Amino acid sequence: MTVGVAKHRELGLTDSEYDLIVEKLGREPNDVELAMFSLLWSEHCAYKHSRKLLRRLPTEGERVVMGPGENAGAVDVGGGYAVAFKVESHNHPSAVEPFQGAATGVGGILRDVFALGARPIAILDSLRFGELDSVRSRHLLDGAVRGIGHYGNSIGVATVGGEIYFEPPYEHNCLVNAMCVGLAKTEEMVRAAAAGVGNAVVLMGASTGRDGIGGASVLASAELGDGDDAKRPTVQIGDPFEESKVLECCLELLGKGLLVSLQDLGAAGLTSSAGEMASAGGVGIDIDVARVPLREADMEPFEIMVSESQERMLAVVEPSRVDEVLAVCEKWQTESAEIGVVTDSGQVRVLRDGEVVGEMPVEALVDGCPLYDLDPAEPDGWIYGNRQTLDPGATAGETLLALLSSANVASKRWAFEQYDSVVGSRTVRRPESADAAVLQLPEAGSAIAVSIDGNGRRVACDPYAGTVEAVLECAQNLACVGAEPLGLTNCLNFGNPEKPAGAWQLDRAVSGLADACEALGVPVVGGNVSLYNEGPDGPIYPTPVVGLVGELPDPERACGSAFASEGDAIALLGPFQPSLAGSELAKLRGELEMGLPQSDIAAVAAACTTVREAVRAGKLSSAHDVSDGGLACALAESAIAGDLGCRVDLSPLLDRSISSEEALFGEGRGGFVLSGERAALESLASNATEVLILGEVGGEKIEVTTGDASLAIGLVEAERAWNAISRAIAL
Amino acid sequence: MIWGVLQFPGSCDERDALHACSLLGEARLIWHEERDLGGADAVVVPGGFSYGDYLRAGAIARFSPAMEAVAEFAAAGGPVLGICNGFQVLCEAGLLPGALLRNEDLRFTCRQVELQVGHLNLPEETQVSALPGGTLSIPAKHGEGRYWAPEEMLDELEANGQVAYRYAPGHNPNGSARDIAGVRNKAGNVVGLMPHPEHAVDPLTGSTDGLRIFEAVAAAGAPA
Repeated sequence: MTVGVAKHRELGLTDSEYDLIVEKLGREPNDVELAMFSLLWSEHCAYKHSRKLLRRLPTEGERVVMGPGENAGAVDVGGGYAVAFKVESHNHPSAVEPFQGAATGVGGILRDVFALGARPIAILDSLRFGELDSVRSRHLLDGAVRGIGHYGNSIGVATVGGEIYFEPPYEHNCLVNAMCVGLAKTEEMVRAAAAGVGNAVVLMGASTGRDGIGGASVLASAELGDGDDAKRPTVQIGDPFEESKVLECCLELLGKGLLVSLQDLGAAGLTSSAGEMASAGGVGIDIDVARVPLREADMEPFEIMVSESQERMLAVVEPSRVDEVLAVCEKWQTESAEIGVVTDSGQVRVLRDGEVVGEMPVEALVDGCPLYDLDPAEPDGWIYGNRQTLDPGATAGETLLALLSSANVASKRWAFEQYDSVVGSRTVRRPESADAAVLQLPEAGSAIAVSIDGNGRRVACDPYAGTVEAVLECAQNLACVGAEPLGLTNCLNFGNPEKPAGAWQLDRAVSGLADACEALGVPVVGGNVSLYNEGPDGPIYPTPVVGLVGELPDPERACGSAFASEGDAIALLGPFQPSLAGSELAKLRGELEMGLPQSDIAAVAAACTTVREAVRAGKLSSAHDVSDGGLACALAESAIAGDLGCRVDLSPLLDRSISSEEALFGEGRGGFVLSGERAALESLASNATEVLILGEVGGEKIEVTTGDASLAIGLVEAERAWNAISRAIAL
Repeated sequence: MIWGVLQFPGSCDERDALHACSLLGEARLIWHEERDLGGADAVVVPGGFSYGDYLRAGAIARFSPAMEAVAEFAAAGGPVLGICNGFQVLCEAGLLPGALLRNEDLRFTCRQVELQVGHLNLPEETQVSALPGGTLSIPAKHGEGRYWAPEEMLDELEANGQVAYRYAPGHNPNGSARDIAGVRNKAGNVVGLMPHPEHAVDPLTGSTDGLRIFEAVAAAGAPA
């Protein structure tokens, strides 16, 4: 059977890619083969526009247990345990159907983690939407938050942190990135490589239906546009109950040593799972689609091979253990079927009742996709537009209130209260109580901290500097709770890499990520790339989202961000050089343009070390990094959280040739707001790290003196502004 | 004392409940297909989404073999504690009065709440009302926790002292009738509540107030 030229284009393959497939097969592919190639050669699966760039990232470190290429990365946390983690996007499905898109995003990342044999212990999510005054954005936001809660709450994994930003470029193309952290006994972890010719291939979990067909190619690897409603059938439907059973079933199977290897079925379904397992193991694989349990009887072989039905896992099992495996599946009411066999053919063969309906070399299918060089060119100025929402004549006090009530700075209580943050009895620091989530690991005798960050607007201003900042922000958040970074995961959400501006953003961002990780000595153990995030109005802000996992010896000493004691001194520590470029204030004033100051990575790293050691030594009452909205917002957040006012004088900053406005609202990396005994704070100063005593905790106002722009805002008024959105949504 | 903690497909908080019980005695999981409670002196029906909460929260779990055994155990005076989904299961099974409806704002809510406690079967000096603050600080997390019963039944529950736990003023997260967070049966040996005492047994994770609730359950089953 031959296929017309139009068909491969419809499936997202270029003419030259099609010719290459014909060359590798020595013939025209049939429908089954073409469908399988189109998915595995999609951007989503083959990383064809990003793989060359990703080679720049440092991936090795003493504590790395599993690195890129596995279902998730993992680092050693001592005591014979490893922590596995990964962040992944589910952007386009969420833009088309936010509830199911976000829910299945969570389901997918959970499977990636338990496929390694790790029990998921925490979820974090990083979300981006258009502005809240848009009906579409509120619809997407509401659906995505409910979807994340629906899945995470039902399956019993705590959602412990995350971030949400609202910016116009995400209006049509929201971002839903979910990160999962899991805990495993290192010796019980498994890799996703098929091995042992003659071993059985067992499919477990939900039956296979027509949902999600073409999700990876049609939806994830193309720009969004008009008529996307028609793509709704390509969005998968999640069932957390099914996943809960599959999860327990898989962990029991791995605990009993019954599996040779395990892989989840995600994008491109059976095609990618079978192909990637065979590729990793250097073997071949036969799959008989007639043995796959189906939801609909009349499914075609290609549909079965590419279905993205959720809650399915693929395992390789020694023939003598198959019965035991099926018995455990039965206990957990998990459907299972032996659907194939590991071969030495080097081919992925698709059979129907024994008759071959597709046969492709594993190498061609999985690793044969051409990798492309980008053609980057810096855009000519700021391409995203501006809109002014704050009166330029606003006083410093009015400006602070406007910032505190802006959706990006305001409390996210309205969102995180919809998530179970305590299940599992590990959550030592809950959302918004500290800069990073802290989880105790009693079985390993340690604790970890996790943070997820990335400010797309600042990356748009300077993709290199903005991405460096994302890594540094995570590192600062970890330092605030006394944690030292162990490993990093990332999700690169960008526009169309085939356009010069998109290529330039991606290229610069990856360099920033690589340089920051290198300088901090943090290995990148996994990640995900989501390209073609563009709507009718243009590309999203380039948004690298960074997830960082670190360890801390004593979770009890993890600092919160709240001021704790009247009379404590307040200090600003670190190489903080605030600027209004790319800041929240510049956004509100409609003054965004290209350019950001570059961070001094080594100096920020030194400040992180100082803060980390001070937290571990129990010297501080609170620690909070200076971030969105600048120093004034950081002070206000610590004051509101502690229900304690503060009196500070920023004039020491003005001596650094910083203006009053920059001192109050300017942004940039490296600043920590610390409180504690004055002598303890002063003792943190060193040649490498400057400490400025700014004032003290106390009173019922946030009072900031700074040259010509002083302000005094009542704590109650500040709290009302910061919680305005939570109150409005709670109604 | 041996605690048995039920485990259904879709349970989420059973391991946390098991841990909490192990602080007070021996604790074992009881698989939903078991008819034998394994010699347990007290039973916890834990939180989560048993059977995916399909049909209605707790509606399917109540028909499990283990729940049949729990009903017999309760009828014989054995102490039973239902937490969140477990409370829903006990109401569905008719072991406790009333029903749990969707939260007033139709959203799942997770937050620390303060609970007022009526008279517990504990020594006077350890009554919660005698403690500083007089309330228990415990997390609540659910989407279907709005306690409901007909007015006359609510009056009767109050009159009989069956309102075991009440949200302190301003802490009702779900619109429950009369701020009711938990109720007990007439005999006093079966109690259910929406907040999660098993998540309040460790100072590191926020509070140890939940232990009082487990202690009260244990005392309810102790020989007179």
